[in-house]
Amino acid sequence: MANLKNVTKKSKAQSMGMHTEVLTGRTQQKFFDPDEAENFYYFGTYDVDFNKRTNLDVKDMNAAEANKEIDKLMSEGYGTIVIKNPQGKHSLGVGILNKLNLIFEGSLGYFGMGSCDGPIVRINGRVGWSCAENLMAGKVVIEKNAGSCFGAAIRGGDLICKGSVGARTGIDMKGGTIIIGGDAGAFTGFMMQRGRIIILGNVGINLGDSMYDGTIFVGGEIGSYGSDAVDSELTESDQDWLRRKLKVAEIGENFDVSKMKKIVAGKKLWNYDNLEPTEKKGAI
Amino acid sequence: MVKKKGKALKKVKEIKGQLGKKKETAREKMIGQSIGYRYDVNLLPDYNKITPFLKKYIEAMGWDDLNWLEDVHMGYEEDRPAVFCRNANGWVTIPSSIKLPNNQQDRDMIARELLVKFQMSPKHPLVDLKKAYLKF
Repeated sequence: MANLKNVTKKSKAQSMGMHTEVLTGRTQQKFFDPDEAENFYYFGTYDVDFNKRTNLDVKDMNAAEANKEIDKLMSEGYGTIVIKNPQGKHSLGVGILNKLNLIFEGSLGYFGMGSCDGPIVRINGRVGWSCAENLMAGKVVIEKNAGSCFGAAIRGGDLICKGSVGARTGIDMKGGTIIIGGDAGAFTGFMMQRGRIIILGNVGINLGDSMYDGTIFVGGEIGSYGSDAVDSELTESDQDWLRRKLKVAEIGENFDVSKMKKIVAGKKLWNYDNLEPTEKKGAI
Repeated sequence: MVKKKGKALKKVKEIKGQLGKKKETAREKMIGQSIGYRYDVNLLPDYNKITPFLKKYIEAMGWDDLNWLEDVHMGYEEDRPAVFCRNANGWVTIPSSIKLPNNQQDRDMIARELLVKFQMSPKHPLVDLKKAYLKF
C-alpha cells in the first residue's frame, strides 16, 4: 500500500485549501503469483458436486428461510438443488456466489435470483419484476414469461427468457447477454452501457433509449428507436456469435440470424473519453 | 474598412466519441462505432484462441462458453497492459514476464485467464474484506 503520509509535497487540491486531510488507502498494491495453485472458485465458497442432488420444499418457508436452506445444502456439498413449491415468492435464490445447478419447479415473484455470481438456474415457470438483477456470472433460464426490468443492471452471464418480457429489459446493464425468445416491451436496453441483448420477436417503443454502449439484436419489428440508438451493420462475426449463443440458450435453433437488425449507440450523448480514468486519478 | 469577401472558415468543434468528428481507427470504421474505453468493449471473443486453463474453468463451472468472461478484454493502466477486476474495482497489471502476442484476441484470452487466477487467489483484496466484514 502506498504510504502517502511520507509524501511531504502538498497536492494541488491541498495547496488550494480544498482539503487538509492526508488521503490514504486509495492506492493499493497487491501481489500474487499467476502460477500459484489452480483454483476455479472464489475463496471461501463451497465445494459442491453437480451429481449430488436433493429436493427442497419451500412451501412453508419465507424467502430468507429458503435462501438460508439453499446455502446450508451447498455447504453439505449438494450441487443440484430442486426447489419445490416456490409459489411466486419474492427474492428467492438471491446472492448465490457459488457454482450450483438450481431448478425451480414453479414461478418466482419479484427480484428472484438477484446478485448471483456463478450458478446455472432453470425456472420452470414465470418470473416477476427484476429477475436476475445485478447478475455477475452464470446462466439463468426462464421457461415462460418475465416481468419488467428483466436483467436490470446485469454485469455478466447469460439471462434467457424463452417467452416474452415486459418493459425496460436490460435497463442499465453493464455486461453479459440477455436473450428473449418472444417479444420485449418498451424501453428495452434503456441506458445500457455494455453487453448484448438478443430479441427474436418484436420489441416495443423507444428501443435502446439513451444507451451508452453495447449491442441489441432484433429479429422482429421495432416499435421505435430511442434517443441515440442507431442501426449498424451485422457482421459475419456477429452472426457466428448469435448462432452459438442461441444454441446455448436452447431457443431459435432454426432462426435466420442473417436477417436480424443490429442496434448500437450513436454516442452523441457521450461525455467521456478514454483518458477519463487517468485524469480522474490525477484530480483525486 | 472594406470587408474581405469570401466564405469565412467555420471551426468544427470536435466532439469526443462521436463518429465523423475525429480520426477513426480501422476497427472503429469496421464496427461503425467509436471506442471510448481503453479497449473495444464490443469485441466478441474468438473461441479458437481459448486457452487450456479457460477450458478447464468453463468445464468446472458447468457453463457452455466463456460466460461473463466474454466481456473481459486487455486494456492498460499507467502505460502497462492490464485487465480490469470488477470485484476489486481496479486494474490488475500483467506481469512483465508474460510475453504478449500481437493480436487482441490472444491478448484478451491471456487477460481472462489472469483475471480468473487473480479473483480466485487467496491474495485477492476481497478476501481480507470478507474476513473483516462478513455477517453471515
